[in-house]
Amino acid sequence: MERYIFYILAAIIIVSAIASVTSKKMLRSVIYLLFTLCGIAGIYFLIDYNFLAAIQLTVYAGGIIVLIIFSVVLIHHIEMELEVAKLSKKIITGLACAIGLGVFLTTIYSHQFNVVENFNSTTTEQIGLKLLSYEAGGFILPFEVISILLLASMIGAIVIAKGKKLTDKNESK
Amino acid sequence: MNITLSITTTIYKFLSEYMSEGAANIGAMVTIALIYLAIFAVAGLYLVLLERKVAAWFQLRIGPNRVGPWGLLQTMADALKLVSKELTGTVKADKFLYNLAPYFVIISSLMALAVFPFTQEFQAFDINIGIFFLIAISSIGVIGILLGGWASNNKFALIGAMRSGVQTISYELSVGLSLVTMVLLTGTLQLSEIIEVQKNGWLIIQGHFPAIIAFMIYMIAGTAETNRAPFDMVEAESELGAGFHTEYSGMKFAYFFLAEFINMFIIAAIAATIFFGGWLSPFGITESIPWLGIFWFLGKTFVLVFLMMWFRWTFPRLRVDQLLTLEWKYLLPLNLLNIVLMALIVWLGLTIQL
Repeated sequence: MERYIFYILAAIIIVSAIASVTSKKMLRSVIYLLFTLCGIAGIYFLIDYNFLAAIQLTVYAGGIIVLIIFSVVLIHHIEMELEVAKLSKKIITGLACAIGLGVFLTTIYSHQFNVVENFNSTTTEQIGLKLLSYEAGGFILPFEVISILLLASMIGAIVIAKGKKLTDKNESK
Repeated sequence: MNITLSITTTIYKFLSEYMSEGAANIGAMVTIALIYLAIFAVAGLYLVLLERKVAAWFQLRIGPNRVGPWGLLQTMADALKLVSKELTGTVKADKFLYNLAPYFVIISSLMALAVFPFTQEFQAFDINIGIFFLIAISSIGVIGILLGGWASNNKFALIGAMRSGVQTISYELSVGLSLVTMVLLTGTLQLSEIIEVQKNGWLIIQGHFPAIIAFMIYMIAGTAETNRAPFDMVEAESELGAGFHTEYSGMKFAYFFLAEFINMFIIAAIAATIFFGGWLSPFGITESIPWLGIFWFLGKTFVLVFLMMWFRWTFPRLRVDQLLTLEWKYLLPLNLLNIVLMALIVWLGLTIQL
């Protein structure tokens, strides 16, 4: 039965990915992208990576897609349609996509994938312990680097949002 | 009296006598989905009736009392009316997104229902990331509201949808963080194990002071996340018509309406499971009769639902800036401090174990 569910999910992902890039209405392509991301979350659920699937749903479907919808809704009127790109641009994009696909496919087919026996599903506890462990194979350094990156982008966002207010106050002093 | 409520295994065993393993698997899934759909469609209708009765009680009226004994069939009649109504739409609406939006809202709220443990055995899907799954699912429903507001091509609907987006994104943080505070106590995300932990006392007693703060923050943020008064700027009648669902009629409107009430039930059910021990009876008085758990679970949930209705008919509506100030300047810092406090209490072993 898993095989049929996989084929259904794969069909959803491929169809909505194609629809996402070919649709001329901006918000519709965002929604097709959402279907693609939900399909990928479905595949994670299928292979029993529940935590990763929930992260996929929260971060991509709940966070990023909502932000994209926000920006589209703010700037885009319902009757507007996207313009068709020039032929030269189309060719360049097509070539770039083909190269990217080629790299992925050669990497995938040059490795042998073994079927895992006695598979145990990973618990959230194990993920948390691994993230904060500073022994060999632990992820504490990337974790801290990402925290600093997030902090920096948060401060940057505040500075941009305050903008004129911030500089005016400094000058008046 | 011995009632088996472990529905998944019971139905699977029953079906596998007649068909092959794969077919029985799918058959069991479909049957359980249909049972849940039927139960919660009707439960949603009766929540609407309860809301109207509570509103009438608070305003010294009688409320619906014409259809059936004590007006019990009123919402059934309303549902029939909504089914038979014409589905209207605006001419320049984006038809595809306009029709898609109600399904986003209703499906995301129905998916969340699958993981609740109604009794020890009556649970459709015991996923090991329980609470996190609920938070993830609830963050998708807002997409339906944003889409519905935008695709109607109506400026009031669009304003309502934008307000809803701002509100839900902000208050999701508080809901998530107050639940994380309680996860510090349980050490697990799986809902059935969280209830096992509470056999030594409900979490609101185990965690005493920070747990009570977390519960209050959770109820405020939960009320805001379901877009109910006093946080109902999304559909503020006096300002925006009906808000994001102004252009919807008939069954599509009913989906939004039903989803709102099921969401209220979900928020109350999460609170009952996490803070008040789910199906556990107080002091274990009915421990020998396991099927009574469903009575305790629903009892606790409906007390909390009543609390949310009480909010609705007591407090006046907030302005948008007041709403955002409440979340970002008061609830969120308080919540972060509360997590540190709870971590300290768990670390020093100051929890109350009965």
